[in-house]
Amino acid sequence: MKKLILGLFMTVLPALALAAAPGVPLDTMEADHTNKASLQRGAATFMNYCAGCHSMEYARYKRVSDDLEIPAELFEENLIFTGAKIGELMEIGMDKDQAAGWFGNAPPDLTLVSRVRGEDWLYSYFRAFYKDDSRPLGVNNAVFDNVGMPHVMVAQQGLCAVPPKIGTNPSVDPLSGNVRGTDICDDWAIEGSMEPGEFNAAMYDLTNFLSYMGDPVKVERERLGILVLIFVAVFFIFAYLLNREYWKDVH
Amino acid sequence: MNKLINWVDERLPVVDAWNKHLAKYYAPKNFNVWYFFGSLAMLVLVNQLVTGIWLTMSYNPSAEGAFASVEYIMRDVEWGWLLRYLHSTGASAFFVVVYLHMFRGLMYGSYQKPRELIWIFGMLIYLVLMAEAFMGYLLPWGQMSYWGAQVIVNLFGAIPVIGDDLSLWIRGDYLISGITLNRFFALHVVALPIVLLGLVVLHILALHEVGSNNPDGIDIKKNKDENGIPKDGIPFHPYYTVHDLLGVAVFFFVFFLVLFFFPEMGGLFLEKPNFEPANPLKTPDHIAPVWYFTPFYAMLRAVTVDLFGLDAKFWGVVVMGAAIAILFVLPWLDRSPVRSIRYKGWLSKIALAIFAVSFVILGYLGIVPATEGRTMVAQILTTFYFLYFILMPFYTRMEKTKPVPERVTG
Repeated sequence: MKKLILGLFMTVLPALALAAAPGVPLDTMEADHTNKASLQRGAATFMNYCAGCHSMEYARYKRVSDDLEIPAELFEENLIFTGAKIGELMEIGMDKDQAAGWFGNAPPDLTLVSRVRGEDWLYSYFRAFYKDDSRPLGVNNAVFDNVGMPHVMVAQQGLCAVPPKIGTNPSVDPLSGNVRGTDICDDWAIEGSMEPGEFNAAMYDLTNFLSYMGDPVKVERERLGILVLIFVAVFFIFAYLLNREYWKDVH
Repeated sequence: MNKLINWVDERLPVVDAWNKHLAKYYAPKNFNVWYFFGSLAMLVLVNQLVTGIWLTMSYNPSAEGAFASVEYIMRDVEWGWLLRYLHSTGASAFFVVVYLHMFRGLMYGSYQKPRELIWIFGMLIYLVLMAEAFMGYLLPWGQMSYWGAQVIVNLFGAIPVIGDDLSLWIRGDYLISGITLNRFFALHVVALPIVLLGLVVLHILALHEVGSNNPDGIDIKKNKDENGIPKDGIPFHPYYTVHDLLGVAVFFFVFFLVLFFFPEMGGLFLEKPNFEPANPLKTPDHIAPVWYFTPFYAMLRAVTVDLFGLDAKFWGVVVMGAAIAILFVLPWLDRSPVRSIRYKGWLSKIALAIFAVSFVILGYLGIVPATEGRTMVAQILTTFYFLYFILMPFYTRMEKTKPVPERVTG
């Protein structure tokens, strides 16, 4: 019987370890929602470069300002560009139908994009644009083929003339923040204002921010989880002793 | 206090009920770990009901508002994320404990005479639970909610003649829409829970009428002392109430570990595409039902031949339905003179092992995209699944069983 049980578990385990379907190779990044500085920088990048077209319509500015410890006044002044009040949802002014006409598809809402795509995908995607004159906007993406989005950060990253090497380099070290194997492009068509390492770090922060937005309660949840597990463990000890006491009479 | 109890008891048999179901319900003293899952299923049911009620307070059952209201619960409602994860993790936990509970029944012959009705009520619970889970999964109105429901409801369309009208009737629309969402919501939060609770009551009443089975499959009522109390029986309360607390603690540890640290369980409990709102114009690359349906989904996909002028899809639906239907007649398939696997012959042991492993592997095959090789494996395993039942009347009678002891062995 023990063998049977063991056998059962052995057959279940591979199913539990099932990961996302393999596709294009990706660079990896480890999100860290406790790194407030990184999240703040990521929020700034998002609001300045992404929030023109991409909403975060399920989340509120206030929550971001509170969680990231950005003072509300500073946040309203520098990070809200739509005239919305800080308690409002992070919506955008762009009309979806018009946007679909311009880009082929309306730019998707990004509140939960990190949970749909995963952090690795986002971190790779942001850095994977390259020059492709056959595309309407002159750029393509090594991670998302025939992408409809322009390369928004071209002034910072520059534009690679060939598909960048994604999924071949080690990435940001989550402990030290050091970026290893920074240059993913052999031949730049346009030079950017940032060094490759600098840009990688900026995209790490942006991905980290999107990861936080997808799961804003993660830090609190895991903190609470530890306490709950400790409680259950202590409860087990008492339940065990109680059970032993009662079952002394059973022979 | 005593006076109050007396006052009530003269008007309602509370003391009698307490004794019948707890304090003087004599359960065999040799329950092992497999006997935790019944009470754990009850615990999870309560969890689902309570968290479900609170979720309903903030959920908006409309195609326009459902997805946003779930995110509202996750972000803006105080402790909403906890309620939602308790409910979503609870749904999977429900199936985990129910599957283990059912496997226990298979191992120890708990379905055999005189417990046929308990088994049938249990199977009905399982059936309603599947409907409940399926309809609940549509409510977040994510991509996988939508397309999963689309695929499953379309299965009814495979039935000849009435199929298309039937699936139209279920959906209330030509495709899954807000109409479908509203009716699924009504069924999920009102109709099915009532049926489920009623069945649980029947399941337990029937159990307490004939008494619990045990790992030895011995009838403990055959050996009674001078007071008419089974010698191998102990009062459910307090012995098994305190004992079940241990099971609860261990269960909670695993449950909360998942809930607080892996609420998506790597895409098994909450599938990744479900974080994208339902879009009728965009089919996901790979549609897979949630893990607890995947064994049957794999059987459905395993049928690839058209037969008697009917589509393979129809036969797939038939196979899937039969896989569940055959469980209902299990009490009459087992012809063994003994209940427990402990005293059955090696044929029964091998059959049960092959059955369990097939079911689990089918579950895996139902998650991953189908390939030719995988479909072939699924076909073989589906055959094993059915052979376990179809051959049961023969191998349970043919094999040599071990002698069953007079008293439980602990």
